[in-house]
Amino acid sequence: MPINPKSKPFAPAKVASTAELADLQRAMWRVVSRPLTGGSRMQRRWTDGRPTSAVAGEIAKPNDRLTSFERLEIYNRMYWFRVLDSLYDDCPGLRAVLGDKRFIALAEAYLVKYPSGSFTLRNLPSRLAKFIREAPRHTKPHTALCHDLARFEWARVEVFDTAARPVFTMDDLLDVPAAKQGKLKLALQPYLQLLRLEYPVDDFILAVKQREAELLRGDASNAPSALRKLRERKTKLPRPARTHVAIHRLDGRIYFKKLEPAAYRILVALRAGKTLEQALVTGIPRAKQARADWAAKVQGWFRNWMELRWLCRR
Amino acid sequence: MPANPFNGYTDYGIGIGLRIPHYDHILERKPTVDWFEIISENFMVDGGRPLEVLDRILAQYRVVQHGVALYFGSADGPNKAHLKKLKALTKRTKTPWLSDHLCWGSADGTYSHDLLPMPYTKAAAKKTAANIRMVRDYLELPIAVENVSSYTEFHVSEMTEWEFLSEVVERADCGVLLDVNNIYVSSKNHGFNPYDYLDNVPHHRVAQMHIAGHTKFEKYILDTHDHPVLDPVWQLYAHAIRQCGVTATLLEWDDKIPSFDEVHNEALKANAFIAQARAAKIPAPKGRATAKR
Ligand SMILES: [Fe+2]
Repeated sequence: MPINPKSKPFAPAKVASTAELADLQRAMWRVVSRPLTGGSRMQRRWTDGRPTSAVAGEIAKPNDRLTSFERLEIYNRMYWFRVLDSLYDDCPGLRAVLGDKRFIALAEAYLVKYPSGSFTLRNLPSRLAKFIREAPRHTKPHTALCHDLARFEWARVEVFDTAARPVFTMDDLLDVPAAKQGKLKLALQPYLQLLRLEYPVDDFILAVKQREAELLRGDASNAPSALRKLRERKTKLPRPARTHVAIHRLDGRIYFKKLEPAAYRILVALRAGKTLEQALVTGIPRAKQARADWAAKVQGWFRNWMELRWLCRR
Repeated sequence: MPANPFNGYTDYGIGIGLRIPHYDHILERKPTVDWFEIISENFMVDGGRPLEVLDRILAQYRVVQHGVALYFGSADGPNKAHLKKLKALTKRTKTPWLSDHLCWGSADGTYSHDLLPMPYTKAAAKKTAANIRMVRDYLELPIAVENVSSYTEFHVSEMTEWEFLSEVVERADCGVLLDVNNIYVSSKNHGFNPYDYLDNVPHHRVAQMHIAGHTKFEKYILDTHDHPVLDPVWQLYAHAIRQCGVTATLLEWDDKIPSFDEVHNEALKANAFIAQARAAKIPAPKGRATAKR
């Protein structure tokens, strides 16, 4: 029941049409999705200053044990615990840089600006890198590192369940007459992710994961002093260093692979639809294009990429 | 009612939910299981490990699709892109029926990832039934709607939850996935008699049942799926299969998941109640009208 008789009702007094059903659902969603207090409770005041209990009272019936406020608070808490848990699991690297408290503050601000627009929680981190750029205050002074990490951690999600296409093999290559090989258009597996980063976050993520595994093992054993030391020792933050990485999968497992800048450029050109010849011209520095040692090197890359099943038929 | 139009005239026994911690055990040991229920949304992807595992499971087991994001009760109506992906998955799994919840969970394209309760009104039932019909016609599969656990009631409600469920499924002419744990949880949270609920739903429409564990707090019960099934829920289950006939039964265990054998053995406890129900030789329930599908 609205306290101020002039204020518009927050929720419909009846649901006798689809429009009123939509109004009720929208009203409840506004309550359920509003951020919690620092103590993980529903906020006592509504956005316009009236008590939240007045807003909740328009929607929910109290019972003999719980008020309207308390009944909606159950949903409010479940919503935030669910989405924050999901992001928490997806972002071990960001957590290691920011610490749990700042990470949760970042995640909450992110979800207020970009709530889930997908039927699956898998897609929850898809716009996190963009948000880190837009609102750098949540990650200062590590914004560039956090931006790299958010891109990297999202790329890992993409690698896991994006489609694979039939692999382009050495036999396929031999089927193409040598004179025509330069005009060959090779595609890359859709799941393969190529990243140009400002920090070596691939090494950092591995170090974070290793530390988490050690902590888990430590919890199982009984060496409190060693465990305390391990907890106190944070993973060292990386220094800036231009890094090119491929994230890929093989037999259901995810791997990271560092790339030389030229190799990265060739792969990006192939992905953009360039012929093999064009990709090599784009990728290899002009001064080195005629050199025999470079020819051997590039051949080695292609052999390796085929073994890793990165190339597929177009 | 083992086989009926709402479960594609199948006669499935006791199944369990397919969950990631059990993948290796199932693929390596190939245990005997009547059927697995999968969460559709976990496999609505283009490829990768989820579908590789699913294909290996499908080669050896019967699989039924259960969804968490169709939101039959949403005022917005079904999402077309979602339905397209879902249909592609049903072609892969050949699920004989498909279930999702009697709830809503998104507003204006924003998703809660929760199963939010419905206001129990005629207009809400009408809209929900229209949504279900739309989904069924698009997917060309029998649909079963599941009652959810809830923690609030609405001022606007005009009827009981079981009256609302009945209204929806009669209007949509669809099946019911009767979750007896959810009935128990909601009965405690809202103070109704769970046997009244069981006695007053259209028994001939029950396509499947769910059993699960829950957690008691001081002032309410939460549907956590992280425990064995509690005794009052088994008693409700026993009553339900006497009313509806022995029906495809599935144990849900989604959190603090123990070993495969522990989950499967918990599910198989249903056999004792099924034996009692069969021994009682109760005639199959009859519907008010014959189902059209
Ligand atoms: Fe259920």
